[in-house]
Amino acid sequence: MRGLLAFAVLLVAVIAKESFEGHQVLRIIPKDDVQLSLIKEMEDMIHFELDFWRDVTGVATPVDVRVPFHSLQSVKIYLETQDIEYSIMIEDLQVMLDEEQEQMVSVARAPEPRNTDSFDYTNYHTISEIYSFQDMLVAENPNLVSKIVIGQSYEGRPLNVLKFSTGGTNRPAIWIDTGIHSREWVTQASGTWFAKKIVTDYGTDPALTAILNNMDIFLEIVTNPDGFYYTHNNNRMWRKTRKPNSGSSCVGVDPNRNWNTGFGLPGASSNPCSETYHGPKAESESEIKSIVDFVKSHGNMKAFISIHSYSQMLMYPYGYTRTPAKDQAELHSLAKKAITDLASLYGTRYTYGSLIDTIYQASGITIDWTYNQGIKYSYTFELRDTGRYGFILPANQIIPTSQETWLALMAIMDHTYKNPY
Amino acid sequence: MGLRIIVVLAVLMGVTGSPTTTVRPETTSVDTAAHPNSIPEMAEETGQNEVFSEEEAAEDVMATGELNPNHYPAQRAAKVVQHYLTTRYGSPYRLFGLHRVHSGNAEDVGDSGRKYQLEISVHEIISNTTQKCSAEVFFPHGQKQESPQVQASCEELLNISTKAQEEALYQQYKMNQTLLSAQNLPDSHGHIEPDMKLLWHLGIVASSFIMLKESSENTLYNMAQVANITQLETEKEQLKFNCHTLLHDMVSQEILHWKLLFAWSPAEGVKVLQMEQLPHCQHCEKPPNTN
Repeated sequence: MRGLLAFAVLLVAVIAKESFEGHQVLRIIPKDDVQLSLIKEMEDMIHFELDFWRDVTGVATPVDVRVPFHSLQSVKIYLETQDIEYSIMIEDLQVMLDEEQEQMVSVARAPEPRNTDSFDYTNYHTISEIYSFQDMLVAENPNLVSKIVIGQSYEGRPLNVLKFSTGGTNRPAIWIDTGIHSREWVTQASGTWFAKKIVTDYGTDPALTAILNNMDIFLEIVTNPDGFYYTHNNNRMWRKTRKPNSGSSCVGVDPNRNWNTGFGLPGASSNPCSETYHGPKAESESEIKSIVDFVKSHGNMKAFISIHSYSQMLMYPYGYTRTPAKDQAELHSLAKKAITDLASLYGTRYTYGSLIDTIYQASGITIDWTYNQGIKYSYTFELRDTGRYGFILPANQIIPTSQETWLALMAIMDHTYKNPY
Repeated sequence: MGLRIIVVLAVLMGVTGSPTTTVRPETTSVDTAAHPNSIPEMAEETGQNEVFSEEEAAEDVMATGELNPNHYPAQRAAKVVQHYLTTRYGSPYRLFGLHRVHSGNAEDVGDSGRKYQLEISVHEIISNTTQKCSAEVFFPHGQKQESPQVQASCEELLNISTKAQEEALYQQYKMNQTLLSAQNLPDSHGHIEPDMKLLWHLGIVASSFIMLKESSENTLYNMAQVANITQLETEKEQLKFNCHTLLHDMVSQEILHWKLLFAWSPAEGVKVLQMEQLPHCQHCEKPPNTN
């Protein structure tokens, strides 16, 4: 009994410490039936301790086998004397496993940041990382930042808006949203950077300080959380919401065609399978309805900036019609100033104009609705780049993009502050 | 003046269609005479390939005469020039991007289509140089979708020679023990391994043939991603590759999947041997990207 126990312990010890040092994986190709049966016979040579990764099937079909170090020489001699062709697929299995392990450890996510100073702004983040960031920012700046949950996405995720305010009651406000189209990853990343920029610059940058002493800023970073999650876990190119469409196997509505101005007119699709599907009716998407309700009940928004990528454009209403906006001249000259400031940093060129002139006819879009609500300074951005990388902009461009875009945002916010209406 | 109004009205009447979705025709024949490059005769299209286009009559009236370089008609035509230059002169060491539209002009050519004349700046990405080009783009207006025809002259396009590098790469690829294969170029984060960059560039050049062929005044194509590129056995001194590429059309916002078989050698450049559009499949999820 004791002997059996000792043996079991030894066995466990041996198995636990199993190493594949010096093991090779050979690829054997049987040329004919004779060779085929010779290889098959190897399966019965137990002393070789062969481990077949790919079993014998037929002539000219490779057989892959792991050969322990102690059997290598014998197996190779056996094959060579029989004139059986083989090649070495893996020279040393343990070395390969060690390298793989090393790689997995290094690629594994860095430990969670403790505060927004140690947050990695040079990389893309998941929804939970961004939501944690938001909570940390609020905790670190309780007198400046608060979080408002304006609603829930289709799949039940909170729609978080950061409110930057130095007091007052229902001050005139500026709204900024990023990530309404989930695949436009540089926008959520920039939104995160903007949030940090605001708390950093308040009290140090005169222009921003003046703005925040008189106005509030609302920032929704992950405007389409279901879509964003989907781009991380299923399809990097997903654009729309994730709400199923009745009568169709296609999922999702284009949140930037779902607004109630020009809804359903040319410039959106009535096909649920389309990337520009406007939805069954205006504001059918909770992600949109929540913003609509918030803006209406706030009642004092003075600027509304919706951020997308890519194309490097700054646009004002309208998208659904060629009829110029009443304030076209002012919106145009402010856009020009904003993109001039943007270009001053890295020379990034933007085109600008009304949406319908600059990019295409689009109906039921955000800024057409906000403008018709009386929010004069309604703009939409398309950030970097112009197509080289498109939606998958390299992470090392996140900060330069955020920095230059911030200059344009400041131009718009500053003008809004100095031109009350 | 009166004639212009008549022309405008004729265009308006000719172009106004039903404001519903239009379906891409079954087959597309390619006018190889129009392209100095080698592309297959027939493009096979499988599955439901619907072009989600909307009524654009209003815009067609505008896009004639002198064009605003900031606005999309000139920008779309200029992008076509970018694709043309890439197919003509592109290589793993030479890629083009549209830098800027300086000026543009459009005029109708009877009923047969519209011709754009453009002054643009083009950016050669690898050498990071920019230069001016004059170009003409003709978009045929036929019953079935036809590719645009492009003529371009750029001052110093081929000034920087890439022959030596291309030759070295070509030899290296030819002698590969294991055939090259890569997925997701770039990956979700825009990252590409340094030794895969040149494969990516090859994928871009090959994809440009499709983007050029498929372009119209109602599209604006860019590369979205090379989903998969695999080297095949070298045949007759030509490197051959299979490629699954994702293209983004800015106007419809759709991601189009295409499969290509192409060859490359420094002497002949890239030649597309087969191309096939894959069905627009909403349920076709890519496996989770490895970061």
